[in-house]
Amino acid sequence: MFGKLTWDAIPWSQPIPLVAGSVVVLIVLAVLAWVVLKGYLPYLWHEWITSVDHKRIGVMYTLLGALMLLRGFIDAIMMRSQQAVAFRAAGYLPPEHYDQIFSAHGTIMIFFAAMPIVIGLMNFAVPLQLGVRDVAFPTLNSTSFWLTATGALLVNISLVIGEFARTGWLVYPPLSELPYSPGVGVDYYLWALLISGVGTLMTGINFVTTILKIRAPGMSYLRMTIFCWTALAANLLIVAAFPILTATLGMLALDRYLGFHFFTNDAGGNMMMFINLIWTWGHPEVYILVLPAFGIFSEVISTFSGKPLFNYRSMVAATMFICIVSYMVWLHHFFTMGAGPSVNAFFGISTSIIAVGTGVKIYNWLFTMYGGRIRFTTPMLWSMGFLVTFTIGGMTGVLLAVPPADFMLHNSLFLVAHFHNVIIAGVLFAGFAGITYWFPKAFGFKLDEGWGKGAFWLSLTGFYVVFMPLYVAGLLGMTRRLQSYEVAAWRPWVLIAGVGIVIMMAAAACQVIQVVVSIRRRDELRDETGDPWDGRSLEWATASPPPPFNFAVLPNVEGAEPYWGIKRRAIETQQLSAEPRYAPIEMPRNSPTGFITAFFSTITGFALIWHIWWMVALGIVAAYGVFVWFAWHDAVEYSIPAEEVARYDRERRRAREQWLAQHAEQPA
Amino acid sequence: MLDPRCAGGTGLCGCPRDGRRIRSPARPRLLCRLPAALIVLLLVGGCSGGVLDPQGPIGAANRLILLDALGIMLVIVVPTIVAILLFGWWFRASNTRARYRPDFVYSGGIEIVVWSIPILVILFLGGVIWIGSHALDPFKPISSPDKPAEVQVVSLDWKWLFIYPDQGVASINELVVPAGVPVHFSLTSASVMNMFFVPQLGSMIATMNGMVTQLHLAADKPGEFYGQSAQYSGGGFSDMNFMVRAVPQDAFAQWVATARQSGSALDRTSYLALCQQSKNVSPFTYRSVDANLFDAIVSQQLPPCPGPNVEGAGAGVRSRTER
Repeated sequence: MFGKLTWDAIPWSQPIPLVAGSVVVLIVLAVLAWVVLKGYLPYLWHEWITSVDHKRIGVMYTLLGALMLLRGFIDAIMMRSQQAVAFRAAGYLPPEHYDQIFSAHGTIMIFFAAMPIVIGLMNFAVPLQLGVRDVAFPTLNSTSFWLTATGALLVNISLVIGEFARTGWLVYPPLSELPYSPGVGVDYYLWALLISGVGTLMTGINFVTTILKIRAPGMSYLRMTIFCWTALAANLLIVAAFPILTATLGMLALDRYLGFHFFTNDAGGNMMMFINLIWTWGHPEVYILVLPAFGIFSEVISTFSGKPLFNYRSMVAATMFICIVSYMVWLHHFFTMGAGPSVNAFFGISTSIIAVGTGVKIYNWLFTMYGGRIRFTTPMLWSMGFLVTFTIGGMTGVLLAVPPADFMLHNSLFLVAHFHNVIIAGVLFAGFAGITYWFPKAFGFKLDEGWGKGAFWLSLTGFYVVFMPLYVAGLLGMTRRLQSYEVAAWRPWVLIAGVGIVIMMAAAACQVIQVVVSIRRRDELRDETGDPWDGRSLEWATASPPPPFNFAVLPNVEGAEPYWGIKRRAIETQQLSAEPRYAPIEMPRNSPTGFITAFFSTITGFALIWHIWWMVALGIVAAYGVFVWFAWHDAVEYSIPAEEVARYDRERRRAREQWLAQHAEQPA
Repeated sequence: MLDPRCAGGTGLCGCPRDGRRIRSPARPRLLCRLPAALIVLLLVGGCSGGVLDPQGPIGAANRLILLDALGIMLVIVVPTIVAILLFGWWFRASNTRARYRPDFVYSGGIEIVVWSIPILVILFLGGVIWIGSHALDPFKPISSPDKPAEVQVVSLDWKWLFIYPDQGVASINELVVPAGVPVHFSLTSASVMNMFFVPQLGSMIATMNGMVTQLHLAADKPGEFYGQSAQYSGGGFSDMNFMVRAVPQDAFAQWVATARQSGSALDRTSYLALCQQSKNVSPFTYRSVDANLFDAIVSQQLPPCPGPNVEGAGAGVRSRTER
């Protein structure tokens, strides 16, 4: 009846996962009970869960990413503390458990923390910056989000029911094949990623379509913000790369479920094929994360330097250059697998060529600051921290791209330090910068600067204290994923990294406090104008938070940095542009399609993991049925009357009048 | 006891220094105790036992390329970081002396420079990569008048089997090689992927079932070096380490002679027992080895070793912790 699922799947005898799992379950139940008892459920259902508004979906993505970031961070704390005590000792985490933790850490951080934060910020900002009302396929967008949430949920269920993969975050075969990993851990991994991968692919299609086909009048390609360009590049990469991931993991699933032999040791399987395929996805994935991050930094640095981005066209070129070359470098992840010297050299050189594009970007940001009037707000601090730290990370990356150096540093803590260096300083700092930057746009009030700056300085310090010692440990020959070790020379460095994680914990606490304090002080931090940072692109041309339709009248774009131009004109002429003629606006109706599809996908995934075949059939039929039902739906739009549009916009114009009065004395 | 060389030390700089080549005699000991030692350590290596303290030609050549590449990049990275901090500080909004130039948004000259600098560096580095990859290909023999010593390496769950085909003996979790002579390793895996890595000797290489990889290393002089798997391979991975003892030729011959007189024989039956998963295995030797064993593993005449949950797991070996 329930396949492999029995009461033994719950780790009764292992106190750590059991207690951790129970606490999480209790917190979730408590939040649910609070929501229901307070009567918030209808509000949540109508305004958020079924919402197809790109801004709401963006916020939910970012929230999911932030929660999973905390979850992955707890794994990191456990790993650092285990290694701190595991010198010639067993430590407190046995290998069975420790191996799950580092696998879960990588999986969660990349797929369910970094990706949702990046996609969330794209969702929120891209349509606003393009000056349009929503993405091309709003319901699909909601489905994408909920499928991502399904994946995150499945990974977290494995904490309590069964186990997670003990194979590392990329489940290399043959270790991940049935003979060596007979448990359900790898299956949790496979179905979580296969399901959320579908969601990510749909996001990619959605955003490529949106950016290519739906832009405000006059918004030519070379008037788009760099964030839109990087979002375009990242989503092109998603469209091309995620099918590879799905196919690769699908083949591994066939091996495990139906006795195929794609990657097995026997019957002609070849694990090297898996490693090649997973990295043909895996390396573009790095740029899927980091290109939008570059976009965020471009927006932030330009805004807070009070200047347009330096050499804009050069930035566009560098972005698309990276987008293309990122497909030609995957082999650098396994120089030590025995390819010939010419192959290794080719991929080593192509990898360092990517650094050209990145180098150009760094210099352009540098010259954006040159001659600027830099305001060191929290987002700008994150950007400065990024510029310095990422440069170091890029340098160690190019070192690892030199095959003879990689022959000694591959899979070492040097490598671990390198990719945390680029992902934390690149993606995570960008996430924090972007969240702080766009938070007032999303909610109408700014985040508290004091706690934000505290979080920045602690994160920066914590990062260096954790990862610089790991570089050294790697040079001393320490490999990654060690549950315990015996080499005395490694120990001091591992201990320093353990101190660093405590600083990181303080930084995380600052972040949480920042949000709580800001919500409590929201009236003081309120932004009425819709333009709290003196912004330059179109998202600041509407109210904060923006109305569901974003813009009362679609802006007519007459140049790069359209909102900056509008503001200059207003200040010069000392009046706002004439009030437009308001017309009714058609907007997509909210739809539970995404949520219900994801609900049944979760059931399908769970049933597949535990071999509960009747439930698999039920889940697939139901999930598909929901989509068919949606396809037959006719009334998918509703109309917002012109009076309501006018009411929204006049309120915003009043705030802008006040702003103009304050800026009367200082024409540009 | 499987203690690495510096085991008795209190930390990085507490390692015994006797019998070791001193690279920079004038190196101040004080620096070693300060956090500033980080930079020094990165550049000169030192009493570390890591990849910056190579004990053989491959490791030394790898390190040279590593430091060359680092040096090439530092030439532009350091000024860039300084410029970032300097520009950020000087153009802060509160600095009234800084000139606000909101229209400085394009400069053809700067554009040429910012594309040229990285391209030139990468051209230079590309040459280093191309030459280095060919010169230090792990499959490439070390040129030497001496005939290389042959060692066949099999990674098992979770221990290392070293077969000496010319001597007809084998050892588990201890590798004894003649010093000053190139060693040719042929490597495979009995089950999952692993990576053979002796940091102080140089390059690592993957071991995979059904495939043979090649690696050529050499130790300059006698010594003991820490070796390990650099590819996570499952529950017993953390203990999958071994000591490499590079010994003079006559000591090597003596070790072989001793090995031939003790231990059991490694034939297909005892291999199947060895094949079972076991953790933290204490080093031991086999007095003789089936001459075709390595080929039989590679060609899968001997099937891949089983995973967990098999009867008799861990049979035939002793754990290091049991002693």
